[in-house]
Amino acid sequence: MLEMTRIFKVFYEGTPDEKIALNKVDLSMKQGDFVTVIGSNGAGKSTLMNVISGKLSPDMGTVMIDGTNMTNLAEHKRALKIGRVFQDPMAGTAPTMTIEENLALAYNRTKKRTLSLGVTKKRRDFYREKLEMLHLGLEDRLQAKVGLLSGGERQALSLLMATFTDPKVLLLDEHTAALDPSRAELITNLTKEIVDHLGLTTLMVTHNMQQALDLGNRLIMMDKGQIIFSATEEEKKKLTVEKLLAEFQKIKGGGGLSDRSLLS
Amino acid sequence: MMTAMFGAVESGVIYAIMALGVYLSFRVLDFPDLTVDGSFVTGGAVASIMIVNGSDPFIATIAALFAGFLAGCVTGILHTKGGINPLLSGILMMIALYSINLRIMGKPNVPLLAEETVMTKIDNWFASDWSILLFMLVVTLIIKFITDLFLKTEVGLSLRAVGDNEGMVRSFSANTGWMKVLGLGLSNALVAFSGALVAQYNGFNDVGMGIGMIVIGLASVIIGEAVIGHSSIARATLAVIVGAVLYRMIVTLALRIEFLDTGDMKLITAIIVIIALVLPKILDRQKAAARKKKRLQQLGGNANA
Repeated sequence: MLEMTRIFKVFYEGTPDEKIALNKVDLSMKQGDFVTVIGSNGAGKSTLMNVISGKLSPDMGTVMIDGTNMTNLAEHKRALKIGRVFQDPMAGTAPTMTIEENLALAYNRTKKRTLSLGVTKKRRDFYREKLEMLHLGLEDRLQAKVGLLSGGERQALSLLMATFTDPKVLLLDEHTAALDPSRAELITNLTKEIVDHLGLTTLMVTHNMQQALDLGNRLIMMDKGQIIFSATEEEKKKLTVEKLLAEFQKIKGGGGLSDRSLLS
Repeated sequence: MMTAMFGAVESGVIYAIMALGVYLSFRVLDFPDLTVDGSFVTGGAVASIMIVNGSDPFIATIAALFAGFLAGCVTGILHTKGGINPLLSGILMMIALYSINLRIMGKPNVPLLAEETVMTKIDNWFASDWSILLFMLVVTLIIKFITDLFLKTEVGLSLRAVGDNEGMVRSFSANTGWMKVLGLGLSNALVAFSGALVAQYNGFNDVGMGIGMIVIGLASVIIGEAVIGHSSIARATLAVIVGAVLYRMIVTLALRIEFLDTGDMKLITAIIVIIALVLPKILDRQKAAARKKKRLQQLGGNANA
């Protein structure tokens, strides 16, 4: 479903600040794969996401989704196949618009926008039905402005908006990092439920190692722009946070007192 | 005095169409578009030259609308495809339009007093002092309702979202660049339409009549929002119309003060906008202070604690 081959991305090339964000990254995901990505700050996780979504274009390499070469397509064209949830709860919704208007915007992800009304009676029923899946009571607040919702509610709404139109690939960029532990757990559970239910091909970046182990069927660890560790479905089932840390130390050459802080 | 106020309401309703255009760019798209100063005159120029050359005044006014649309699209393209900062693309277009307007008009001032215009036609049809006011009110309200409806369509929703959260709409596959071009086109179409009507209302089109138009538009939007509010789209557009009329009335009142003359208009406008922007903040601060005092009293402490 998602094929990334030999991706390079360098920032500030030729200056003292030069940073190789992605260094020959290869990643292949089958239909229905759910890959969790961990790594310290600056490891290249977000750059990886941005190269897939089209916010950044790679210096070299190709990104294929569902057999189509996406490397040179503009961000909004790639969005036809990609659903995205951002880290910042403010980023995924339009605050001055109502819940139903936000859903209408998301509904049009795969369809051409026309001069017909975005919210009709039939569509409203459909939106309400989808909102019920979140168990947050948002289905009774269709006309509330999204700016009035809490961070957790917004993030749940963003998750719904990114997924209810069946994207080929779902990108989750630390989407629970800005929430308190109980809200984060709620969103984590919703993520699991929705991804399982729709069988979405998902790539999730997280700083929470436990979450990375709980969700998904594969796991990769990134450092300095490279994938330094990759666990298959069988391997991942046996992994624990301790084993992951040990793995990280082994690869980095030991001596890392601050490894836990580096990763988490 | 009554005649002056009547005139103020009449022209306020015509300027309200321009203010609706400014609302589209300034509030909906969150794009402070200075093209308005030029495109307002472009509308007047296109309409007056066509009328002088014997066109039907209604067709001439519609033609002005399309001219404004083009001007707005160019600003949008300068910004989105040329990567020029929003304010600067508007300023560049405003300056460019000054020369273009002179070219269209052929001279700095085109008189229309001897011509048949939309205004003289309406006067002939209905033969009442109220005819122009009522006709313009109907036109302005029709434009308001079309705008309200448009902003609820799929295209309109993504237009609003561009001004609200651009990154988010892009992630839902909207081409935000072309959305901005479209929005600025529509905004300036309304501005030029209003310019064409104002020229016919005044009986002339002058190349300098657009100076400060954006500020008048902003004043209308801000005054209207302060008085009517903007909790929904329909309410916000109504607020803009009311604001435009109120602005004209305030200016008419201000001009009655002995030592002010017509040359002080722009200064009065600037001061009105400054008051409208600053006053709500002062009121908010006072309210917060009053709340604090009340809480302290409830707690039995004293206000200096």
